[in-house]
Amino acid sequence: MPKINFFKKNSHSKSRQKQKIGISRKQNLIGWAFIIPGAILIFLFYFYPIGKSFFLSLQGGAGLNLRFAGLANYKRLISDSLFTQSLFNVCIYLLIQVPIMITLALILAGLLNDQQIKFRSFFRTAIFLPCATSLVSYAIIFRSMFALDGFVNTILLNLNLIANPINWIGQPWTARLLIVLGLTWRWTGYNMIFYLAGLQNIDPAIYEAAKIDGASAFDRLTKITIPMLKPIILLTTIMSTNGTLQIFDETKNLTNGGPANATLSVSQYIYRLSFEYVPRFGYAAAIAFVVFILVAVLAMLQVKVGDKR
Amino acid sequence: MKISKFKLALYGKYLFLIIISFLSIFPLFWMFVSATNASVDVLAGTLLPGVQLKENLTKLLANTNLLRALWNSFKYAAAATILSLFVSSLAGYGFEIYHDKGKDILMNILLLSMMVPFAVIMVPLYMMFGNANLLNSTAGFVLPTISTAFLIFLFRQSSRNFPREIIEAARLEGLTEFGIFFRMYIPVMKSTYAAAAVITFMNAWNNYLWPLIIMQKPEAQTMPLLISNLTSGYVIDYGVLMLAVAISVIPTILIFLALQKNFAEGIVGSAK
Repeated sequence: MPKINFFKKNSHSKSRQKQKIGISRKQNLIGWAFIIPGAILIFLFYFYPIGKSFFLSLQGGAGLNLRFAGLANYKRLISDSLFTQSLFNVCIYLLIQVPIMITLALILAGLLNDQQIKFRSFFRTAIFLPCATSLVSYAIIFRSMFALDGFVNTILLNLNLIANPINWIGQPWTARLLIVLGLTWRWTGYNMIFYLAGLQNIDPAIYEAAKIDGASAFDRLTKITIPMLKPIILLTTIMSTNGTLQIFDETKNLTNGGPANATLSVSQYIYRLSFEYVPRFGYAAAIAFVVFILVAVLAMLQVKVGDKR
Repeated sequence: MKISKFKLALYGKYLFLIIISFLSIFPLFWMFVSATNASVDVLAGTLLPGVQLKENLTKLLANTNLLRALWNSFKYAAAATILSLFVSSLAGYGFEIYHDKGKDILMNILLLSMMVPFAVIMVPLYMMFGNANLLNSTAGFVLPTISTAFLIFLFRQSSRNFPREIIEAARLEGLTEFGIFFRMYIPVMKSTYAAAAVITFMNAWNNYLWPLIIMQKPEAQTMPLLISNLTSGYVIDYGVLMLAVAISVIPTILIFLALQKNFAEGIVGSAK
């Protein structure tokens, strides 16, 4: 999935201004020729569908028999308990999982940036490895491991830690826990790589000086690492927020939205409305549009908060 | 006393790293082990490689069109990677080398597309591709993924490191602007292309929601769809299931281990 970097200003704009002088009118036109194919495809497959999505959201009816319905879809949305449920579920993932993952990734990046630790490249590869697994694959692996008669219950039973198998996937909160666990497993290493790249730009001498001054490991994390990595932490937070709000592969393959829609995500609800039940394209588009606004507003809020600190 | 405290902290760090590494690797290890075991043994919690690999493979080949799905996934991913690298690097190069106010504004607009959740555009996209009769086709899979703002941005950022002297010299030599791109830029930027290729191939290989929507015929099925379908039966054969998952994961793990540096570069590249 594409990642966000829109808040990053062109730090090189001054040096680039100078180079601009050398560009002739003809070259300028050729420049557009380089850009046009890529730009047209993005307009065609991203921006045009958004407009179309909004247009669809004002229409009602089943299947392709659509007619103008004004804001009826948006009114219906407010009292739709499944929509509220899916939004609640996604917010739960977001609020629990993202802070845990980012903290863990920061700690790991800090440890793997520490010169006294040996075998750093082995640890880095191991922790980064889950990123090579597709979302569907890991969701199915987790689902199999945590099945009622699966590996985890077998081990827990054999160790006498539990008397009866835990129905991980069959209970609302354990099912949500599995999604959070899966997301953390899959994405912690991914975020860690961002922080490691950022840490390379910090002079190790700063840490040495802090150590000599008696700063503890915790102090070094909160007083040096986090402030220096702030822009990258902001970037990864926005990416994770965006990704979690869109979660689909995991809830479809790990829990299939169950039990009783306790893990249903908004994307999966839109998918169900469009492709599993009698298609309600107009209503699905209205929900999709609300998600779009939500993602945009959250990203803007995070940029605002990040800028102030 | 102070030294032992320092040592203790160091051991604690190692212990923490070992536990996290173990947890990171274990599910994949379990998947490989399970792929070689019968379903009963998988459920019994075995952690040793078994002798059922051949039986599992026979069952998998009998119950699914594995080779077709593998070929489809490869075909779609390869086409997506080649086209995507070409279109995005052209645009990224254009945005940086010929940049002016208009192009910078356009770049910022294109970047907004990264904020668009796929769920928002999937219904209109599905209708568009249905109308254009592109369901179940390679073109249908590839078209929406060819141009992404992420890759364009990645190439734009790395074009900053492309020496301007090369361009000036090549112009004096009489190379056309496109000639400079093909003969100078592409060879010099090999590592950016490698990073972009790894990312794009993996994303396409692992893509699930889009093929789930448009690949409705069994002949057009991809690996993620195949393994997802395996879980829909009432009784699941875990040995066979894990073998299918393992087969779909092996290519990406190999690419990852071989090109880990490029992969990391591709992920972080545009954040620099």
